[in-house]
Order: sequence, then structure tokens, then C-alpha cells
Amino acid sequence: MSAVMVKDLNVWFGVGADRSYAVRDVTFDVADGESFGLVGESGSGKSTILRAIAGLVPTWSGDMTVAGETLGPKRSKSFYSKVQMVFQDPYASLHPRQTVDRVLSEAMGLHGVQNINTRIGKLLDDVGLGAGFRFRYPHQLSGGQRQRVAIARSLACNPSILLLDEPTSALDVSVQAEILNLLVDLRREHKLTYIMVSHDLGVVGHLCERIGVMREGRFEEVLTVEDMRRSKAESPYTQHLLESSINSVR
Amino acid sequence: MSTSQGLRDWLLSEEPTSRRQAKYASWYKGWLTLRSNTLAMMGLFVLAFLILCAIFAPFLATHDPFAQDLGQRLLPPGEDGHLFGTDSLGRDIYSRLLYGARISIYIVLLVIMVAPLVGLIVGTVSGYAGGWIDVVLMRVTDIFLAFPRLILALAFVAALGAGIENAVLAISLTAWPPYARIARAETLTIRNSDYIHAIKLQGAGPFRIVTKHIWPLCISSLVIRVTLDMAGIILTAAGLGFLGLGAQPPSPEWGAMISEGRQYILDYWWVATIPGIAIFAISLAFNLLGDGMRDVLDPKEDNS
Amino acid sequence: MTDAPLLDVENLWVKFRTRTGVFDAVRGISFTLGKERLGIVGESGSGKSMTGRAVLRLIRPPGFIEADRLNVHGEDILSLPEKGMRKLRGGRVSMIMQDPKFSLNPVMTVGQQLVEALRAHENVSRSQAHKRALEVLDEVAIRDPQRVIDLYPHEVSGGMGQRIMIAMMLLPNPEILIADEPTSALDVSVQLQVLDIIDKLVRDRGMGLMFISHDLNLVAKFCDRIVIMYAGRIVETCKASELRNAQHPYTLGLLNSVPDLERPRDHLEVLKRDPAWRDAPSVSARQ
Repeated sequence: MSAVMVKDLNVWFGVGADRSYAVRDVTFDVADGESFGLVGESGSGKSTILRAIAGLVPTWSGDMTVAGETLGPKRSKSFYSKVQMVFQDPYASLHPRQTVDRVLSEAMGLHGVQNINTRIGKLLDDVGLGAGFRFRYPHQLSGGQRQRVAIARSLACNPSILLLDEPTSALDVSVQAEILNLLVDLRREHKLTYIMVSHDLGVVGHLCERIGVMREGRFEEVLTVEDMRRSKAESPYTQHLLESSINSVR
Repeated sequence: MSTSQGLRDWLLSEEPTSRRQAKYASWYKGWLTLRSNTLAMMGLFVLAFLILCAIFAPFLATHDPFAQDLGQRLLPPGEDGHLFGTDSLGRDIYSRLLYGARISIYIVLLVIMVAPLVGLIVGTVSGYAGGWIDVVLMRVTDIFLAFPRLILALAFVAALGAGIENAVLAISLTAWPPYARIARAETLTIRNSDYIHAIKLQGAGPFRIVTKHIWPLCISSLVIRVTLDMAGIILTAAGLGFLGLGAQPPSPEWGAMISEGRQYILDYWWVATIPGIAIFAISLAFNLLGDGMRDVLDPKEDNS
Repeated sequence: MTDAPLLDVENLWVKFRTRTGVFDAVRGISFTLGKERLGIVGESGSGKSMTGRAVLRLIRPPGFIEADRLNVHGEDILSLPEKGMRKLRGGRVSMIMQDPKFSLNPVMTVGQQLVEALRAHENVSRSQAHKRALEVLDEVAIRDPQRVIDLYPHEVSGGMGQRIMIAMMLLPNPEILIADEPTSALDVSVQLQVLDIIDKLVRDRGMGLMFISHDLNLVAKFCDRIVIMYAGRIVETCKASELRNAQHPYTLGLLNSVPDLERPRDHLEVLKRDPAWRDAPSVSARQ
């Protein structure tokens, strides 16, 4: 069964003559337990797809089915216990006045989780933060630690699907490695499905099996990471992206 | 010494071990920031002094503030045991000033319990809901803003009748629109931030988001604005008193005292000047404190 | 003149006074910069950006600078008055910041800003300045300078904005260019273009380039010499061509933690930070 099915998705901003499309006629499936990557340059609409799935953009048309639930204009409560999102900037995704403990216990409270106290301890261990971090405020944490807290928050309700919006692009490479490893481990442990957005082909290649290459709101092509590694991309645009990303590494 | 050192370490610990410690620690750090601002501490000191004066007025006063003694009228400061002299009815200005502090602080407390709260609710609801709710609430706010404050307060007092409580109500009704504007502006920036999106994705409803996530962030800028506005509120109250629409004689409200002293101002300067200095002191103190609060409450505080 | 390096820094400290004492952001580093491309690499918090700012004395209180020597082309700038520093900044030493969005004035056209920048340092007429602005835009590979010069910053793309920034920094013919993460806000394909432009200009004009970045691979590809910073000190320095022979475990860790499309691994290598790195004395990068 597919975890996520998206068919003919269009997303636009603005009204009337100002209407501009960020995503156009995008169709893709993500299987249960699969990790699907979306790559493209800034403004290609890759993050907008995630936001549309999560219900943060109200102006869309098309069909979306997530975990067996067909999505309408409003998301149900049960949707949020199945799908969670990790944001790009860990400095902006935590409430500046709330301790780690408050963030996690509120998320659990909203989902009716029992034994909140023990669960928080376990969750912090899961994401590689000790109990010592529990009562800290965001400004007492480094970027990587904040991102771990954000990941912990998204796992608070035991979701099956995680939407990852450039989760490591604001971090140092060494910290990026830690977070990517954590995401690999969590996926294995909790049997998660990922949809990950990134501009970095190396990162997507590390975490995903299949990749959708986006350009100006449309899918240029969808290919497996294996094909990408062997440079078997069909579209010249993907080739160009591949080359420049390999050039910048070597 | 060692226990106070221990307490300090406990408060400044980078790894708090309980909710309580984390909360106290953040308060303590705010206090340290405030303390390092000399001017704000001076403001706080003056305010504390005035509040103590108001509380202990019966013990500090040398005379009955209402006792008239026409034989002793318009005595200059220092004469006959009258520290600040006497007014046109021979009442001791020093004692009246002390009792007047009670009235001023009473007015301030009442206003800050009403105006910012109304502003906060209107502003955050309007900012978060958007659409026609926003339009309606903000146009109402605009209507209130379009009137000169004192004139509007005058109109309310005229309609409700003169007296301190009505003056407070009138001031509150004219003071909330700026708070609503601030709260709305803050809400508009906060509502699109990732942490609000994140809590929305946890399934939180609008009521919880507004009260638990947006309010705590708006309150800091409102508190700053309130402390800065305090001076204006006291002046408006004094203005109403001066026009005879606030506190009624013989109550020793500072504005009313100036008003009474007005006709003697050329020959007996102290009658109007001394309450004027008191109003100046409390306004300045609130302003200095408000400035310091800005540093403490700024959520972008940098702890490095 | 030729024997003095463009930039000569010895035992530079950047310190910040905090509630709990003095925090050292940069701890006694020494390096020189000749007519070369020097890459300064490190994680956030390693003090690399502070080093760049310290060279221009752009550290604001409560921060302050201490150094045994801080010379630009043989001239001591530690004792230079603030007025002299203003002349130096953007004159002989220019700096390119990370995000063009925040460095360009949003209410002035590109042309106005270029003309202002030039006239602040040189006594030229408006029409001459306008002509020079067109030339310099052409130099940073902007195809249609006549059109771009009348645009406002929000009307240009990120890559073009960064090229305009570079153009602005180049106007007064600086001897030293400090680039603080000039490409990290840009897309990969645009990154390479911008780097090529910087590279060409530095070569043609014989400038010294201080290239500050978190991306070791990028720096290795682009610079002549690399300085690797950790916790405010230099842990290793080497020629870019010899990076593959780097010794320090921190350098190796940075190299290996990058996910590589062509070498799939189950787990990436993670830096194991040794507290001894922090205490080890700073390596001198003087030449």
C-alpha cells in the first residue's frame, strides 16, 4: 500500500490576476517504508509540496491520499498523529520561551499519550540527547541539539510518515552527519516513511531511495538513487544538477 | 556567603533538573540584565519609594490631608512644620501628596488591568484569525484611535459622570487601541513562524495556539509599552483631575492639586509645582523602567 | 613594499565580556596573507567569521581585539584611529557578506549604490562613477548592465545580488578581499558561477583573498592554502593540493562526514571531539 499518493497536485499563491503557481501537475507515490527525496533549486516548489501535504498551504487542487486518508481542505486530528514535519531552520522551529520539556509534553498531551514523564526521557534518549537537556530553553542549545529536539517533537505521537524540509541545511557538515545518521536509525527502528526535501544531492542520495527532480514547479523526472549514481539521468537538467553537485564536492 | 553562592550557581546552571529551576533561572537572568541597567534601577527605586510612601501614608503624614486651617493658608515650604507648605485652604501639601500617591497608583493599577488585556485579546484574535474578523476589529480600533485621547476620555466621563472610577474606565477605553495594534503586528509575524506551524501540526486548535503560544510572546512587548505608557496614563488622569472631571475635591489627586494651585501660581509657586514634580517623578520612573524592561523581555536575547 | 605580506596577523585574540567572565572567540592565532587565496575553514563557533571581522576591526562591544601584530601591507592598523579604519574598510580591504539580501540597501537602485560606494572613496563625478559602475558590472559577468543598474535589490536573483555585491566591493580596487561564506545562500549551480568570478578577479587584479567557509571541499577546490580552525584556534594548515594528506583528526572528520553520492554508506562518519584539540596550541599559518 502506498503511504502517500499525490496526483495532479497544483499549488498557487495570490488571487485573481496575481495568482502564480508554485507547483504544477505533480504526481508521485511513496510506498510504505520508502524514503522519497525531492530536489531542486530554490523556488522550484519542492518545499511547497511538503507544506501542501501537511496542510499549511490552503490553496491547492488535485488528489492527495496519505496513510489511507483522502485529504480535503482541512486535516483531521488523526492525520496529525500519522504525519509530522521537521522544519529547515532549527533556530526558528522552537518556541523561544518554552523549555524542551514543555515542547515535548505539550505535543504528547495533544495526542493523549500516557506516562508523559517516562516517555519524554525515552524520546530524548532516542534522539541522542540526555536527560540533562530536558529543562533547557532553545537559546541554551546548539543548532544540532535544537534539530534533535525538533525531531523528538515530531516523533512524540509515533507517526508513520515524516516530512523533512531540508532538515540539515542550516547545520555544519559534522553535525549534518550526526543528524543524517539519527534519521537513518530512527527510520529503521520505527519503520518510518520519509519524504525529504533538499537542494543537496549528496544528502538526498544518502537518505532516499527514489528522487523527484523539480524545476519551476514541475517534475523534471523521477529516478532511483542507483540510476543517479550511475549518471543515468534522462533529462539534461538533472545531468546538469548532478555535474555541478559533484563538481562542488571534488 | 557560601549558601548565596550555591543559590547563584543553582540559578545559573546550564543544566536545570526541574521545571521549577528552569523557570526561576530565567527570571533570575532577567533580573541580572535589569540590574546591570543603572537608569532602569533608578526608575525601579523611585517607584518602590513611591509605593512605600503610598502604603505608609498614614504614618508618614504630618497632618490630616483634609484638615483645613484658613489661618495657615499658602504658607511657603518649611514654615511652621509644613514640609512643602500649605495650599489655599491651609491643608498640608506634603501629607496630601502622600495620600495622592495612593490615588495615582490605584488609577494606574486599574488601567493596566483593563486596557492591555483588552488590547491583547482584540489584537491577537484579529491578527491570528485574519479575514473579515480582522477587518471589523481593526476598523473599530481605528475609530478609537482617530479621537484625541483626552477628548474621548472627556466625552466618556461626561456621559458616565465625574469620579475616579469613571475616569479610570474612560482612560482604559481610550488606551487599549495602541495595544491591540502592537499585539496584532506581533501576531502577524509570529503566526507564520515554524514553531507555530509545528504546534499546528500537532493538532492544536486556534484557542490553544493564541493563548499558550502567541500571548507569551506578545506580552513582553505589551509590558514594555505599558510601562512606557504609564506616564501618559497618569498625565491623562491628572489632566482629567485638572479639568475637574477626575477625582473630586477634596480628594488629594495630584492633577486636581495642580488645578487648585493654578490661580495662585504667580505668587505662591509651590502649590502647583510640588504635585507637578511628583507627577514628573513617577512618569520618568516608569519611562526609565520601561526602557530597562525592553532589554530584559526581548525574546531575541543573546546569552553568549 | 613587496616583502611585506598584504596581511600580517600575529597572536590575534577576540574576546567577549560576559556575565560569567571573558569568553574567547578567537584564541591567539597567527597567519599571513600574500597575493594568494587563503581559505579559512571551521564549524560555526570556531571563530572563523570573527577572524574576518577582527581584521577590519569590526568587532563591537562587549567584544574586543587583542593582538601582537595586525598589519595591512606593513601598516599597523591596531593603533589606527576609527577615521582611518573607515577609509581602510571598503578601500584597501573589502568584505563580501553571506547574504546579498541583507547587505544591499533595499530602497536604492543598484546603480545608485555603486555610485555612492565609489564616490565615498574617490573624488569622481557622477557620470564617471556611473560609467565605472557599468564597467564593473560587466566585469562580474552581468549580461545586461544597462538594465541591471536601474533595478532595485528585490528585483534581482540571489546569485545576481551576490555578483552586484562583489562588483561594489571591487570598485575601489582593494588589495585584500575578505569573503565570508559568499556562496552559502546560493544554489549549487549559481555557486560555481560566483566562485569563478571571484577567482578570475582575484587572479587578474593580483589581490589577496581570505575565503571564509564551512565547506572544506569547496575551499580545497578553490583556494591555494587552507587554515582549519577549531574552537578559536588553528588546528592545521596546509596547501590545498595536499589536503588529502591532512593529519589532524578534526580535518579528517570534516572531510569524511560529507555524504557523497558516489560512495554510499550506511552511516556517515561522525566527529568524535577530543577535548585535547581545544587545548592544543594554535598552529601558525605564517609564511
